[in-house]
Amino acid sequence: MSATTAVRTSPQKAFSDWANNHRKWLFASPAMIIVGLLIAIPLVWTIYLSLTNAEGSVRAEHDFIGLSNYAEVFTDVDRFWPAVLRTFIFTGGALVVELVLGMAIALLLWRPFRGERWVRVAILLPLVATPVAVGMMWKLIFDPNIGFANQLLGYFGIPAQPWLSGQATALPTVMFMDIWQWTPMVVLILLAGLTALSDEPDEAARIDGANAWQRFWYVTLPLLRTTVVVAVLLRSIDALKTFDILYATKGKGGGAFHEVETLNVYAYGLSFDYNDYGVASAVLIIFFLLIIAIMWLITLRRKEKVAK
Amino acid sequence: MKRSVLRATALATAALVLGGGLAGCSTGAGNGGDSDTLRVTLVNHVWTDIIKAKIPEFEKQTGIKVEVAQFGEDQLSDQYNVKLNAGTDDIDVMMYRPLQEGKLFAKNGYLANLTDRVSKDKAWNWSDFQDGPVNSTTYKDKVVGVPIITEQEVLYYRKDLLKAAGLEVPKTMDDLLAAAEKIKKDNPGTAGFVARTGKSAAVTQFSSFLYSYGGDFTDAEGNASINTPEAKAAYATYGKLIHDFGPANVSTDMSWSEAMAIFTQGGAAFYTEADSLYKNATDPAKSKVSDTVGFAPMPAGPAGSKAYNVPSWALGVNASSTHQDNAWKFIQWATSQDMMLQIQKAGVPGSRTSVWADPDGISTYPADLAQAIAISTKDGVGHDRPLVIKVPEAREIVGDPIVVAITGGDSAAAADAGNKAFQALLDDENK
Repeated sequence: MSATTAVRTSPQKAFSDWANNHRKWLFASPAMIIVGLLIAIPLVWTIYLSLTNAEGSVRAEHDFIGLSNYAEVFTDVDRFWPAVLRTFIFTGGALVVELVLGMAIALLLWRPFRGERWVRVAILLPLVATPVAVGMMWKLIFDPNIGFANQLLGYFGIPAQPWLSGQATALPTVMFMDIWQWTPMVVLILLAGLTALSDEPDEAARIDGANAWQRFWYVTLPLLRTTVVVAVLLRSIDALKTFDILYATKGKGGGAFHEVETLNVYAYGLSFDYNDYGVASAVLIIFFLLIIAIMWLITLRRKEKVAK
Repeated sequence: MKRSVLRATALATAALVLGGGLAGCSTGAGNGGDSDTLRVTLVNHVWTDIIKAKIPEFEKQTGIKVEVAQFGEDQLSDQYNVKLNAGTDDIDVMMYRPLQEGKLFAKNGYLANLTDRVSKDKAWNWSDFQDGPVNSTTYKDKVVGVPIITEQEVLYYRKDLLKAAGLEVPKTMDDLLAAAEKIKKDNPGTAGFVARTGKSAAVTQFSSFLYSYGGDFTDAEGNASINTPEAKAAYATYGKLIHDFGPANVSTDMSWSEAMAIFTQGGAAFYTEADSLYKNATDPAKSKVSDTVGFAPMPAGPAGSKAYNVPSWALGVNASSTHQDNAWKFIQWATSQDMMLQIQKAGVPGSRTSVWADPDGISTYPADLAQAIAISTKDGVGHDRPLVIKVPEAREIVGDPIVVAITGGDSAAAADAGNKAFQALLDDENK
């Protein structure tokens, strides 16, 4: 006892002891500090900007104006609220279709069959394509005058459709592009979940005389719940933040009538087109909080279910 | 315990490597490498292609190493927004649009004051530059840029379709409406008229219609005037031409590249567009109608034929650049009388009076185009969009009635609503 007290009197030794006891924090701290700063600085800066009237250049003089940017945004029924609505329609619509389609395809690919490897590769191709290139490709296909889509419809005697250029059809068309590109990812996640399942519950249900649909609905799907939640989480975060396809097909402002302007496109327009940095920051912070709230709700629901 | 320590160490190492890498990157970019390297940012344009081919000559003459970064219009704007906002010094010479960003950049102090430099070199001759363009690169009596390219709006038309219809080249807006209607009726699948339809993109090409009908974006007192009877008539005509006589299923997102594609694929008889893009229509490699395309001045409205005549691009020096002397040398070289003459002969309309006065300067242009340009230059209006700081926002406001008219809506009501919004923007800027 007295020996340790004597040793502890040396400051170096004291530090070394302290370091030894806290080495996991010590070693991890540089990384944690850097990562923390990389997240915190832009966030704090954006919050700060959202409380000012910064305009034209962030280096120009600007005043602290409190929450009036937020007030302006929340009362903006021309651009902000329609953009919120579009963000949810786009995300919700695309997500539902991707899940249903993805589940169907994953179930088809689950059981081994001839040439399955080729089918799997082919189905994953959209996933590896660059979103901007995907946008350009579909833009050409959907061109109202010279595009392939309308030519194809013409063969069947169906009149040409406006697709991306129609005020009502533009949003469904970009949703279709998102579905085309991201269903494979849902397939991939669900397939991974399916392969991890044991065959026994399914077999037991079969012996009990359950039909295919019953086995899927009452056995496979409940077992797959965590995987589905993961797919929903990943896809919805991504879909909420979609920018590239929308920008590549409809440009700044999401078209003449803002028909595909989601929150992300709106914030981009405010900052890069209008140089209205204060309001743009306010929109981004609101968007950020919105995403966090949704993710919180999804994980909360999952925890409730698990608890049950 | 052991594992978590290992993981922590790995993380720390990764962070150090990453952090070090990032720091390395930023010093590399910040110091700009060699002190005699000049960083020039240019837009995708015929002008840029020609200059780039000649840059080795400049490097040999001066010993300055030039590094060119090249972008599309929108990407260039975004680049400037991000970099100049951060006060970068890794842009020295910048190609910019005086009417689009000029006021904003000058107000933000992004552009170096060139007043002393332009007046110093008598041989280079600043007074040779046209007044309109010089005016638009001057901010509060300070010269902040050198105009390099000018643009006028002209009427592109198809000689074969006109001949088949037995029509003359339209001299007035009424002629144009009648001719477009007849050609569309006679040739199923071919539009009588095409032009830009995008809310923001169409504004510049619509401006000549506005002026020819006797209107403007603002009146003499600087108040919004896009709901005057003249302006409403201009909106209605532009919209009618495209809605009634334009391509079927017309998109409301077309900029020049889409509209030009319809024209050069043989899809339309008339097309109003900037003359600086004429090579797209006359080059057989790009155009199916290269042998039958003709050019004419803008058809006259009640106020005559009044096209815009504007400086579309200029060169400026980044105020934060540490190579301002070399940047100025580059600009002088790229805008010398001889250089501008060569570039104009290659198809890019220049901003010096002398290149237009020189018969050699227009020798390579189609004769009818040269004539149309001469008329547009003489009676031209010096702006093709509202002269404000927040140009992108203003363009969307004044462009809204265009899109409404194109889609067959009530453009007069849209003009009334737009006028209010535009006035609010003007009030806000003049506060």
